[in-house]
Amino acid sequence: MSSRDLILGRVRRALADVRQDDTPPVPEGPGRDPRYEQAVQRDYLREHGALSAAERVELLAENLADYRAIVHRTDADGLADVVAGLLRAHGSKTVLVPPGLRREWLSGTDLTRVPDRGESTAHELDRVDSVVTACALAIAETGTIVLDGSPDQGRRRITLVPDHHICVVRVPEQVVSSVPQALELLDPTRPLTWISGPSATSDIELDRVEGVHGPRTLEVVLVTGGGGQG
Amino acid sequence: MSGTFVGMPAFPEAAHEAVHNTTLRGNLRHATHTIRAKRANAVAEVSDWAALREAGKQIKDHTLRHLDRYLVQLEESVTAAGGTVHWAADADEANRIVTYLVKATGESEVVKVKSMATQEIGLNEALEAEGIRAYETDLAELIVQLGNDRPSHILVPAIHRNRGEIRDIFAREMSEWGRPAPEGLTDTPAELAEAARLHLREKFLRAKVGVSGANFMVAETGTLVVVESEGNGRMCLTLPETLISVVGIEKIVPTWRDLEVFLQTLPRSSTAERMNPYTSTWTGTTDDDGPQTFHLVLIDNGRTDTLADEVGRQALRCIRCSACLNVCPVYERAGGHAYGSVYPGPIGAILSPQLRGTGSEIDSSLPYASSLCGACYEVCPVAIDIPEVLVHLRERVAQGGPVTERGGKVVLKPAKGHAAERAAMRAARWAFSHPGALRAGQRLASRTRRFHPRTLPGPGRAWSASRDLPALPPEPFRDWWQRTNGGRTDGGREGTK
Amino acid sequence: MRVALFLTCVNDTLYPDTGRAVVKLLTRLGVDVDFPMGQTCCGQAHYNTGYRHEAEPLARKFSDVFREYEAIVTPSGSCGAMVRELYPRMGERARAEGRGDGLARTLAPVVPKTYELTEFLVDVLGVTDVGAYYPHKVTYHPTCHGLRSLGLGERPRRLLQAVKGLELVELPGADECCGFGGTFAVKNPDVSAAMGADKVRNAESTGAEVLCAADNSCLMHLGGTMTRLRTDLRPVHIAEILASTEEEPLV
Repeated sequence: MSSRDLILGRVRRALADVRQDDTPPVPEGPGRDPRYEQAVQRDYLREHGALSAAERVELLAENLADYRAIVHRTDADGLADVVAGLLRAHGSKTVLVPPGLRREWLSGTDLTRVPDRGESTAHELDRVDSVVTACALAIAETGTIVLDGSPDQGRRRITLVPDHHICVVRVPEQVVSSVPQALELLDPTRPLTWISGPSATSDIELDRVEGVHGPRTLEVVLVTGGGGQG
Repeated sequence: MSGTFVGMPAFPEAAHEAVHNTTLRGNLRHATHTIRAKRANAVAEVSDWAALREAGKQIKDHTLRHLDRYLVQLEESVTAAGGTVHWAADADEANRIVTYLVKATGESEVVKVKSMATQEIGLNEALEAEGIRAYETDLAELIVQLGNDRPSHILVPAIHRNRGEIRDIFAREMSEWGRPAPEGLTDTPAELAEAARLHLREKFLRAKVGVSGANFMVAETGTLVVVESEGNGRMCLTLPETLISVVGIEKIVPTWRDLEVFLQTLPRSSTAERMNPYTSTWTGTTDDDGPQTFHLVLIDNGRTDTLADEVGRQALRCIRCSACLNVCPVYERAGGHAYGSVYPGPIGAILSPQLRGTGSEIDSSLPYASSLCGACYEVCPVAIDIPEVLVHLRERVAQGGPVTERGGKVVLKPAKGHAAERAAMRAARWAFSHPGALRAGQRLASRTRRFHPRTLPGPGRAWSASRDLPALPPEPFRDWWQRTNGGRTDGGREGTK
Repeated sequence: MRVALFLTCVNDTLYPDTGRAVVKLLTRLGVDVDFPMGQTCCGQAHYNTGYRHEAEPLARKFSDVFREYEAIVTPSGSCGAMVRELYPRMGERARAEGRGDGLARTLAPVVPKTYELTEFLVDVLGVTDVGAYYPHKVTYHPTCHGLRSLGLGERPRRLLQAVKGLELVELPGADECCGFGGTFAVKNPDVSAAMGADKVRNAESTGAEVLCAADNSCLMHLGGTMTRLRTDLRPVHIAEILASTEEEPLV
């Protein structure tokens, strides 16, 4: 007997006491089943307090900063200057650029652009100073930005290996209040990276210290006006 | 201190040493008290905590009650997304599978994300025996690995070490494993984290094979989720060409939507954050992004035996947040090593004797490693009634009974060491069933009370080594009640004090 | 209202003063208290040590002795929790073992009628000021089963705050277990003693003369620790404080 059959057989015998009239599970294969929806009581909130768009953005900024992300605000016209200023202030000479990033976001800088390519080795990425990306969405209640690998965000590793990540969030349209609202919008078939502040650890005396393996500096630019049309 | 838990003594003996180790007591007290207050604040921030907890419990219970269906569904969806699913009935089989998969890549080293499942099966030792070096990349796991130590906490395996001890381990051991610690390393947490960053960076950048666990697996989509803080997880999950994830079969949730509960409750319960710094989700493989080969190794290793127990199966709801460890007064004083398992604390006390059986000294003593104060149940984000399961397992140890071992039903005999206790319990039950006998005993005790010592010899020393016995009153209450007609005849001031 | 005092075996044998205090207090509040002589032990020590089958006859006996009363009052959070929380569970387990509904049906009547003393005072009698007088500095330790199984909450503190002359001081780490835990105290003596010592040191740090709790088994452990640590603290059951009056003060 294969271990698969062995384990499944053990599971079925272990559940002999589970009554036949128990709520049936979702059918095999993807998709929601109304019977499963009934099996779990979901009395929790979809969001914690009904926030206006402006309040949502405020809360996002506050929670990002609380976990040591550096928050900047600008409008579409000012974005290129803000991004250029951040790269300059960080002393960067090279910047990683996802293939679908709007060109005008980097129009204020003449830094060497390193394209996000499959052939690049991790060692090559490690020599790049900064990375600029967009995001899929941001969650106000938790101070989280989510990347889903879309062309304006690039492969997962480009926001990981360089030590300085600048992430542009279009507000208020990309900001949701809560985790439940975020999951509804995200596509599970894409590789997702949820980022809440820079890399951190609580492993020494259970006290939080920022900055381990991921980018030690996370700068989030909240841009109004759609970040410029592209 | 060695890197294994084999042959551990019973909990009370192991705890004896820890209780009198003042450095350890101080380290644990500091760490657990720090996190306790923070967790309480993080939980208080969400007004619907009770509803989230209840939903988490129900999702997990529902999944467990239909685990066969969800496992098959998960296998199909992972396969459809480009992954390969393997099944391992026990630790040896899981280790054989992973070793084979690593060897097939031609590599002789792997980078690892912190994973309880691989700790549980002893994967690093198994790989080592086959000439494959496994590098732990979580900071705390690194401290444990470099110190040739054992983990003592689920979330923070090096919680028993303070910053000074960590500094010494880094300064002494890092050069043996790769890049040495920087000259003049101090004990500030920021510098220690930086030393770990530099030490591990070269390993991440050259790694071809990553090994991980997973916090959740979504049956409907085949998605795996890893929740972490440092970014070492992202490194291991995205830079290597091959990813091997070793996950317990109980880590399934049915739908993508179910994550909305656990991604709220897990970070607040474990590190007391609104959200942990990094969460990675992946569904099979993605062209040109991340590992192009993905293996999922599903392990049983005692989980189906646990599932077979109607009371004990709730332990499989556990999402490994470690909130129960951080509030446990016994854990705080005994330390994690005394539990003789990678799963210490209250959850370990109910998980280890179920996954491994109650046959060994340590496993038969774990159900008693609790004062049943209930703090663990109160903070558990999936409402595991740990005291209920502890008492249930005490029954298994003391009285024996039917259990499932490796899928087969057996009837356990009562444990040997409990014969005297069993006799005493029976005698007490008899006396309590016969009030006349109880009364005679009480009277005899009261009459001879001036001969009673305040400390005891023999087995009673366990009490009186640190506590005096109470003085016996001149008469038990029931005699007073009868003598005075319930206090009506003498005003109730007769007797003691 | 005809109320039965379920004193508990520990109090009956070792702490009759607590029993007398409950009788005095309830009588003062106009309650007709009876002490059914058939009572012995609720079976908690058996149950919690893993001898559920030995606890069952004791639970049946408890139900036989107490079922006819309107209310059953006990000065013990942990024995109260045994009846309220664990008797229903014993009934369920018997049913799951294929032994039918008999045990559950036998135990059901006493479960909702059993009250811990402070619960009975505040919820049933509706009093928080019981007319007590106790001119001492007191700190209160909420015992685990009262706190978490019964959810006594602020009730004991509200009762103490209303006592004339009593100065109530907060106990640091109040919610932490004292380390008694029944047979835990002898099965894991080192950890138990360490927990007890920490609790006593915390109580000492408040400058209180009296450490008060609603459970004598925890106080037995803490009192034994206090004399060993040579502190000036005294363990006193809350019933004795609430029974104390200006006319008949407890000293």
